[in-house]
Amino acid sequence: MDLAFDVLIWGSLGLGLFFMLVGTIGILRMPDVYTRLHAAGMTDTMGAGFLLLGMALYTVEEMVPGHTSYWTVLVRLVLVYAFLLFTSPIATHALARAGLAGGVEPWTNDAEEGT
Amino acid sequence: MFVAATAGILVSMALALLRALLGPTVYDRVLAVNTFGTKTVLLIAAIGFLTERPEFLDLALVYALINFIGTIAVLKFFEYGDLGLTRRIQREAE
Amino acid sequence: MLRAIGLGVVLFGFWLTLSGHYTPLLLGFGVGSCVLVVYIAARMEVVDQEGVPLHVTGRFFSYLPWLMKEIFVANVEVAKVILDPKLPISPRIVVFHGSQDTDLGRAIYANSITLTPGTITTGVAGHEFEIHALRAADLETDEQQQMDVRCTRVERGRRERAS
Repeated sequence: MDLAFDVLIWGSLGLGLFFMLVGTIGILRMPDVYTRLHAAGMTDTMGAGFLLLGMALYTVEEMVPGHTSYWTVLVRLVLVYAFLLFTSPIATHALARAGLAGGVEPWTNDAEEGT
Repeated sequence: MFVAATAGILVSMALALLRALLGPTVYDRVLAVNTFGTKTVLLIAAIGFLTERPEFLDLALVYALINFIGTIAVLKFFEYGDLGLTRRIQREAE
Repeated sequence: MLRAIGLGVVLFGFWLTLSGHYTPLLLGFGVGSCVLVVYIAARMEVVDQEGVPLHVTGRFFSYLPWLMKEIFVANVEVAKVILDPKLPISPRIVVFHGSQDTDLGRAIYANSITLTPGTITTGVAGHEFEIHALRAADLETDEQQQMDVRCTRVERGRRERAS
């Protein structure tokens, strides 16, 4: 039981770190601000999601029956993720709009594909 | 295990800072700072678990909101040069 | 009025879960601050269909699991693209048709699109959604169609059930 739980926690923290690091590598590799936004979205959705899921599983494992403080931790973890889910697309959208309004041309490789 | 998580988050924070330094446009920098903020939220939560002080999650909650408002405010400032005052004056003049 | 009370109840529930102190004095402060926020919201005229969307909350939660699954699938796709040494991207901006009638439904659809890595909404005008896609192939999938249908269902489940 405990071992299975530990594997789950490690797996979910590991997946979260993986998505977060890949997203950050994407931010470094992508050619312009709009494509970088796609990579940044990964950190906000799955990176944060799996890391917080890992923390939630850890809390469940440590839970002592009769102690309400563990439940408040779980509620806070869910709320952190909910806030991230609600705010991240708005920030992304605002950035994309600001970029377009500020005259940053979206990068394309259509010309390369044509040749 | 939260030592590993904290270390991983710190590494990706450093990479995000690299993008903020490289730019090239101001929007890239804002984007980098925004993801840096998201990672800060997760770092605060991870440190809370690392030091067995789950109260840190309250800070993470607040930081998540401040990060969002900060990003929007900075973007608005770059687009209009202020935080809404000019448009309000224009509206009132009309 | 009903919406204002609903907002107050939701706010107070939120306050209760975060506070953890249940003495009469602090509970009084909680009620006071909730009433103040509802008053400010009413003065700002945001206590309406759009600002307090209590009518879609239930349907929204049934939509969430599907959205999370889609986000996961899209994340794996984008991760593959980023880790590919050749970086096989072909970004472009396309205009998309959404079938939502209210601003709230459009907001839900636009934010769902943005949340799914690989597509970002850059502008909304009426039924037209301007979308920046990481790969052109991402747009011609059933998922995009399905997301549109599901968001419309979140927006007006009741009307569909009536007909």
